[in-house]
Amino acid sequence: MTDQQQEDLRRDQVEAGTTTGLAAPTLDVTKDRQNSLWSDAWGQLKRNPLFWIGAFLGLFFALMALFPSVFARGADPRKCSLANSKQLPSAAHWMGYDQQGCDYLANVVYGARTSLAIGILSVLGVLILGVLVGALAGYYGGFADSLLARITDIFFALPLILGALILLRVGPSTGLPILSDRGVGAVAIALSVFGWMTAMRLVRSQVIAVKSSDYVAAARAMGASNFRILTRHILPNAVAPVLVFATITVGVLIAAEATLTYLGVGLQRPAISWGLQISSGQSLLRTAPHLVLFPSIILSLTVMAFIMLGDALRDALDPRQRS
Amino acid sequence: MGRYVARRLLLTIPVLIGASFLIFAMVYALPGDPIRALAGDRPLAPAVVAQLRAQFNLDDPLVIQYGKYVAGLTHLDLGTDFHQRPVLEIITDRLPVTVKLTVVAVLLEASIGLVAGVFAGIRRNGYFDNLVLVSTTLIISIPILVLAFVSQYVLGLKFGWFPIAGIQQGWYSYLLPGLVLASGSLAYVARLTRTSIAENMNADYVRTAKAKGLPRRTIIVRHTLRNSLIPVITFIGADVGALLGGAIVTEAVFNIPGIGRAVFDAVRGQEGAVVVGIVTLMVFFFIFFNLIVDVLYAVLDPRIRYD
Amino acid sequence: MSTSSGYISSTPSLEPSGTGSPVLEVDDLHVEFRVRSGVVHAVNGISYHVDQGETLAILGESGSGKSVSAQAIMGILDSPPAVITGGGIHFQGRDILTMTEEEQRQIRGPGIAMIFQDALSALNPVYSVGFQIGEMFRAHRGTSKKEAKQKAIELMDRVRIPAAARRVNDYPHQFSGGMRQRVMIAMALALDPRILIADEPTTALDVTVQAQVMDLLKDLQRDTGMGLILITHDLGVVNEVADRVAVMYAGRIVETGTVDEVFTRPAMPYTVGLMNSIPQVEAKGGRLKPIVGQPPNLARIPSGCPFHPRCPRARTGAAAAAGRDCVTDLPLLRVVTPGREAACHYSEEVLGG
Repeated sequence: MTDQQQEDLRRDQVEAGTTTGLAAPTLDVTKDRQNSLWSDAWGQLKRNPLFWIGAFLGLFFALMALFPSVFARGADPRKCSLANSKQLPSAAHWMGYDQQGCDYLANVVYGARTSLAIGILSVLGVLILGVLVGALAGYYGGFADSLLARITDIFFALPLILGALILLRVGPSTGLPILSDRGVGAVAIALSVFGWMTAMRLVRSQVIAVKSSDYVAAARAMGASNFRILTRHILPNAVAPVLVFATITVGVLIAAEATLTYLGVGLQRPAISWGLQISSGQSLLRTAPHLVLFPSIILSLTVMAFIMLGDALRDALDPRQRS
Repeated sequence: MGRYVARRLLLTIPVLIGASFLIFAMVYALPGDPIRALAGDRPLAPAVVAQLRAQFNLDDPLVIQYGKYVAGLTHLDLGTDFHQRPVLEIITDRLPVTVKLTVVAVLLEASIGLVAGVFAGIRRNGYFDNLVLVSTTLIISIPILVLAFVSQYVLGLKFGWFPIAGIQQGWYSYLLPGLVLASGSLAYVARLTRTSIAENMNADYVRTAKAKGLPRRTIIVRHTLRNSLIPVITFIGADVGALLGGAIVTEAVFNIPGIGRAVFDAVRGQEGAVVVGIVTLMVFFFIFFNLIVDVLYAVLDPRIRYD
Repeated sequence: MSTSSGYISSTPSLEPSGTGSPVLEVDDLHVEFRVRSGVVHAVNGISYHVDQGETLAILGESGSGKSVSAQAIMGILDSPPAVITGGGIHFQGRDILTMTEEEQRQIRGPGIAMIFQDALSALNPVYSVGFQIGEMFRAHRGTSKKEAKQKAIELMDRVRIPAAARRVNDYPHQFSGGMRQRVMIAMALALDPRILIADEPTTALDVTVQAQVMDLLKDLQRDTGMGLILITHDLGVVNEVADRVAVMYAGRIVETGTVDEVFTRPAMPYTVGLMNSIPQVEAKGGRLKPIVGQPPNLARIPSGCPFHPRCPRARTGAAAAAGRDCVTDLPLLRVVTPGREAACHYSEEVLGG
């Protein structure tokens, strides 16, 4: 149990009048165990080279998204001159020029912001949907659980890319806000709508496991409300697995955005996106392979950063995997 | 077991209906007009529009539309595309291509993934184990889109070892796309096998097997591998279902005329009937192979009994 | 069943005729675990022997090294991290530790067999119990699959599993805890081992079932004349079935002797503490006296006598006799009365009360 949870349990007890507020509940063993989970995890992380590579790459791309002009070496991605079309990389222009004669380094660098924004926004969407549905299903059980589980099965059976592809394709003709404007928001919504199921199952199973534990029974016996038990006692226990899932999923969704954009239903020009760059470079693969190569490499490194971080976190937070 | 399978089959029906309805609703019911979308910028004669609307039941309420669609399904009528071509015909035309691609992918995934995982798991933390760990991290991290382009460029264009696109060279043309399609699962199989074996090597019953004086080979093959492969085999089984529906990018990049390509084209052309038909089929595959896996699980692990 | 297993009959000098030399002799065995945080000294020079038909109980709290020494004998230590750093294990006169891998393998089963505490996890969940028992015959005697199953049924009968012929194809999870432990015993006894090591065989079982299993083991021992090493922390079980007992503490044997003597007149303060922790019918209403303090950390075993931090009789400095300072001088196992050995500088005083 975290400090916060322990504090909460005490408050529940005090409110319910079952304790004086002076007598400290003897829950120190559990508290130690939770504390040691996180401090052990940090000890484990520090020794894991994957974690450091992931952290370095993640930080690098985060900075790139925040301060693109620094990384673009001052070049403006939209200041183009057809005279430079498809020029190969040089000392002055590290990634050469694209077909329109725009500085390619600047374009690739500015793509980081879009990718990270979509990755983080859609993971937030995934988490909101997943935690909400999962917590409700797991906590209430019975019919609500069966119904929500079936709905989850339905979404689970649809491949992420396919579902998002259809939604984004019909999006513009719906006239709905955000969804119809083919921007970052639309892509994030589509990815969230078809990507929340794993988070839901994760949260649901955690909730069911914790729900039957002694200290939740104790909190309930002391009259804590359902909502309070759910938000204060149960959900914090799901933090570790959800954190691992979320980190990896940022990477997966960044890749998914590039794929959707490549397939023509994601971001549209004049947005700057790695998916767009790969897509327009595709036809020039023979003459100017660098146009596909550079955004591909940067995209892969970004995805890799999150997957490595997530992997390292999982190894650190799951004591069963320790040797 | 028979009862269990029957019950599970019944339970798949609501999921199948739900998924197809979801797609159906997205394609037909969201505000917007597929007929206008079809026409693009060209103005259509009102009479033509009316006729098309009637043919695709677009003036009925959504539930009625869907009811008519399901009624058609029961006698294998999946509707037609805007050019009057039956959707069923499109599927029977394209499905064999995707099945071939899936077969190649699963074979690669199972053989390479298993072998790598077994050797990594048996000598955990050894040189080969670390190699597998690093390379699977790389493979998992590279988006399939990038992998497709890079392999197409390097192995197809530069080295000329594989055809760049299309299926003119028979099974050989499926090798590279199959590998690209399988890459993620392949890495996952290798990792799963590795972890599973490493876990089982420390299991009490393996210690017992050693205490019984069994030869090393018997201990590894009979008492470690047999138990370790249960989760791997079930993963591969479920993956067949996922691969059958997940080949959109691979089929697009390598220009392979399978159902992934077909559904992509249909989405772009807003061919509602085609999209709903193919996606429903994909969902069916997914559910069906998951069911097979559950049955397989009970066969492989006697502790699991469905009664 | 006779004792003419393939292994035994091929070594005529080893006929179970009671030649006087012990069947198994452990000599100054050292085992350590080399882990990232340091070296754990699990077994630090233990010696014992087991004669034919005899039951030796090895008594100790968890972490005392009792199971590790047994695993060393069976050759099933996980290595790394475990390393046998010294000593010998002589089975019928030959040192197991100097044998080839294949020779060692041939001893496991027909020579020395072992049963484990948790039969559920010690049996492979995906094979029938008949198959797992039969494996012994197939691996060591090349018996056919069909014949091995027949022998498995006979063995299951012998360990009194009801309806053996019908249950031979059942899986471990389909048996109750007690019946599963009988399956383990049947498997261990398949090839008539000369030594059976039972590592906490009844700890996971209900009390009534415990008694049944121990009775079964006793009966089987009488029939076969095997030596039994019983590893346990259950003083009651030791009292009922063992002939001799070796008490372990911090990887050392701190006291040995017959059960009667050690239980009635312990010669080492740790053993005294163990005996005091048994509830006594006569002392109704009195308080149990637990041993104070924590079991020793095997990565940092206390200097001198490892028990001194918890010992009520520990003497140091001026209070100690020369060369017998409990904090600095390690007491060695020595004969205190005929047939009794204890590792305590002041055993005579302990015995004196």
